[in-house]
Amino acid sequence: MKTESNLEKVLNAGHLAVTSECGPPRGALPEEVVKKSKYLEGVVDAVNITDNQTAMVRMSSFAASVITKQQGLHPLLQMVTRDRNRLAMQADIIGAYSLGIDTMLCLSGDHTKFGDHPMAANVHDIDSVQLIQMVKQMRDEGKFQGGADLKGDPPKMFIGAAANPFADPFELRVMRLAKKINAGADFIQTQCIFNVDKFEKWMEGVRARRLHEKCYILAGITPIKSVGAAKFMQNRVPGMEVPQEIVDRMAATPKEEQPEEGIKICVEAIERLKNVEGVAGFHIMAIEWEEKVEEIVKRAGLYPRPQV
Amino acid sequence: MITAERKPLEELIEYVKPYKRILLLGCNECVTVCAAGGRKEVGLLASGLQMALLKSGISIDIRQHTLERQCDPEYVEEIVSMIAGVDAVVSMACGCGVQQLAMRYKDKPIFPAVNTKFMGASERQGVWAERCQGCGNCLLGETGGICPIARCAKQLMNGPCGGSAGGHCEISEDVDCAWQLIWDRLKALGKEESFVEITPAKDWRSGGGSGPRKIIREDLAE
Ligand code: SF4
Ligand code: SF4
Repeated sequence: MKTESNLEKVLNAGHLAVTSECGPPRGALPEEVVKKSKYLEGVVDAVNITDNQTAMVRMSSFAASVITKQQGLHPLLQMVTRDRNRLAMQADIIGAYSLGIDTMLCLSGDHTKFGDHPMAANVHDIDSVQLIQMVKQMRDEGKFQGGADLKGDPPKMFIGAAANPFADPFELRVMRLAKKINAGADFIQTQCIFNVDKFEKWMEGVRARRLHEKCYILAGITPIKSVGAAKFMQNRVPGMEVPQEIVDRMAATPKEEQPEEGIKICVEAIERLKNVEGVAGFHIMAIEWEEKVEEIVKRAGLYPRPQV
Repeated sequence: MITAERKPLEELIEYVKPYKRILLLGCNECVTVCAAGGRKEVGLLASGLQMALLKSGISIDIRQHTLERQCDPEYVEEIVSMIAGVDAVVSMACGCGVQQLAMRYKDKPIFPAVNTKFMGASERQGVWAERCQGCGNCLLGETGGICPIARCAKQLMNGPCGGSAGGHCEISEDVDCAWQLIWDRLKALGKEESFVEITPAKDWRSGGGSGPRKIIREDLAE
């Protein structure tokens, strides 16, 4: 074991892990973070706290992680390279670790063009792969990116990264994962999987390079609320692939039953993905629908969560 | 080359309104090639300004000239008497040219007539696109000759991100994904495996991170 992370303990013990996410509020509303974390209490092994997701200003991932931790959950600090340079990021990493945050996810972040500050400068001092390298160097060598020694205990972060098997060029997607693993990623959370066939094909490539033995892969899952949401994700969200049959299945369902149908699709996908060699767990992203995570986890046979 | 676009006429009118005699000064280099501030554009702007000013009852003596290179002190020196004869100069060169004038003619108001955009190349007639950000330590040798700093919207050194779709960048259908281009080139060169090598965090000192940059060539400097 490299860290004290609850997520690492669960994975290391050979259980299928479950993570979920919480988007912090757009204001000083700690009670909203508390409310969302209540939905996830005892249901997941770690909660991703997003970092200015979709390039919209929100309560910082750091602050919301601390609040989540105070509620007794295990926060997973997300960090994007879009908004801060390497000094600011390293400062937050040691700060977060000082407050008991031991798990993080390294991302490049959505482009500012999609958010509410398209006029802002994109920092991109380093990219997501280099961020992984930086955290690993801080943890394993006790050194800052600039080369100086860190004082005291190094931040023992369990290091996560994202992978999108559905983006182009497809043939590059396994190699890009290899790159993140070589940089030091301990676990991966994938983009939402709707096209299970394509995901299985990607996993074949992952196994061919034996990458699943070097890193834990959590399959990304998102319940769809309505046919409208399915169409939106199909057409509007960069890097997301929703097969037509899912849109058709939602469209063929009466409106009031669509949420239930969406949950069913999601549970079916989990059941199928459990049999894919190399899948080490699930990352359930129920965006603004956190109250449904418990039901999904239970119906998918992933409850109760192991105590490790 | 350095690309530029003419500023809107209204903005330029505000600059020149207070003066009686002005000089419109073009440049024969990059801004001529990208049709923003060469001899021809100097002429067009002069008549455009004249007409617009006349409409609001203002008459200004607009003189025209185009230098071989405005970013070169030798050429800037040539126009001492011309500058002495006007109240203000409107430079149609890039930002470098404007500053060269401002440094040499310390008590003369100098205004920019163009917005300097980027270092780019011509894609086809009338279309220029960004190609280089002058990072000072060129890595095109590793990226198949395509620049991830200037051409990837997230400046990823180890791309592509999860938003690359059908050859386009996630920010727009009109923008190529730099990493798709890099990958296509690596394939064409038979260098696919080099993709797995990690490009470490960049030292931005060469790219302006340590303040304004200067090149001093001892063999040439006087
Ligand atoms: S790597 Fe640097 S010098 Fe080379 S093209 Fe890109 S920005 Fe310009
Ligand atoms: S889509 Fe391609 S060019 Fe656009 S940000 Fe992602 S990697 Fe860079």
